[in-house]
Amino acid sequence: MPSEKHSENLIPQISIRNLNFYYGRAIALKNINLDIYKGKVTAFIGPSGCGKSTLLRTINRMYDLYPGQRAEGELIVDGKNILDKDVDTIELRAKVGMVFQKPTPFPMSIYENIAFGVRMHEKLTRNQMDDRIEWALTKAALWGEVKDKLKQSGTGLSGGQQQRLCIARGVAVKPQVLLLDEPTSALDPISTMHIEQLIHELTKEFTIAIVTHNMQQAARVSDYTAYMYLGELVEFGKTDDVFVKPQDQRTEDYITGRMG
Amino acid sequence: MNESQHVSRQFDDDLGALRTQVLEMGGLVETQVAAAIEAYSSGEIGSVKLIVETDRKVNEFEKTIDDDCAHLIAKRQPTASDLRLVFGITKIVTDLERAGDEAKKIAKGVRRIYEAGQMPSQYGIGVRHIAEAALSMVREALDAFARLDAELAERIIRADADVDTEFKSIVRQLITHMMEDPRTITTSIDIIWIARAVERIGDHAKNIAEHVVFIVEGRDIRHPPKGNRA
Repeated sequence: MPSEKHSENLIPQISIRNLNFYYGRAIALKNINLDIYKGKVTAFIGPSGCGKSTLLRTINRMYDLYPGQRAEGELIVDGKNILDKDVDTIELRAKVGMVFQKPTPFPMSIYENIAFGVRMHEKLTRNQMDDRIEWALTKAALWGEVKDKLKQSGTGLSGGQQQRLCIARGVAVKPQVLLLDEPTSALDPISTMHIEQLIHELTKEFTIAIVTHNMQQAARVSDYTAYMYLGELVEFGKTDDVFVKPQDQRTEDYITGRMG
Repeated sequence: MNESQHVSRQFDDDLGALRTQVLEMGGLVETQVAAAIEAYSSGEIGSVKLIVETDRKVNEFEKTIDDDCAHLIAKRQPTASDLRLVFGITKIVTDLERAGDEAKKIAKGVRRIYEAGQMPSQYGIGVRHIAEAALSMVREALDAFARLDAELAERIIRADADVDTEFKSIVRQLITHMMEDPRTITTSIDIIWIARAVERIGDHAKNIAEHVVFIVEGRDIRHPPKGNRA
């Protein structure tokens, strides 16, 4: 239900217009239209195969790595359609970072895990790099736990810490947007809570899009929720409205667990 | 309102059991109110004890249902229509329990009047009339909940205004009566208390109807701005 809650000033960070996505000849996203607002958390929910991860992967052109996959339509970031051929994907991925379901630390030290990406985009002095590493790890709520073992391997951390390391790596290049693809599905409940708290903190500086299978997580962490089904965007609205009074019966059936 | 089944049958069973309990509790409150009105009209004060005893059962129901709601929330994290149902139920049982309390007050007032050897005067007759109206509001509110019928619920809300108006008119009549004949003051005050309890029962029925509208449509229609009353 549209209400006065919508009156706050919302700036689209990403505008998706008439987006179609194909895996070969199979269509995976059908005419998606959606704004992801600046400084907000947008959650994508829906059953497996609904296209939510595909949509997320489209936003930073991760699909480029696979032949036969293509997107049509507009995906506007910073006034530019990032689906255009001439887009520098390295630059795009610095602007739009991504964290995956399973933590993916590089087999190198904690320090190098973060410095690696930063070096690709910026020339920093040793001191500047040290500051950046501390800043990123602090943002990812990991600094306190690892500040004395930055030289140790990133793979030696616990699952939850590894995931926060990946988030630190993502924020270190100062992106505008962070895409989180089921970032807590491999984590225990306490690590999950750490990540959720972190998401809340990160919205002060970043726009976040998160795919999650955990409906309560979507309800807890997001400002806006998009429900997708069979490649279509069924409903998009304020999370507070979607979880109390969804507009579409299909959303209602999914979030109340009536789908089967 | 969503009537299709959950993937988890146990969840369906839990919600179904909750609704049944609310209706059982509502049935008890309805009999309390009906018995209190009957005692008022007939002077059969034997039923007063029963009304008071029933109130204990009603109180127990309130606690049990709230407890079940808390467990259901903890276990199932209901959303959307399920969430509104559980949330609405905890509010409905509060209103039902209070309506039961008002029935108990009526019963005790009736006992005071008749034990004092007084009879409700002609000015007390209006009470029976609004009491019937309030009772039918309670019945219909429970019906609206059982069938999740928002239209019926909205009709109940409108009916409450009549009960309120009639209550004020009864009070005016009784005040005049007391001024004319101060010997009737004690009884008249008891009748006013009874009429007041009846009017409150109507309010609780109205509240229940508002909760039903919320459960069904997700609209919170309580406290409309002045001049915009349903």
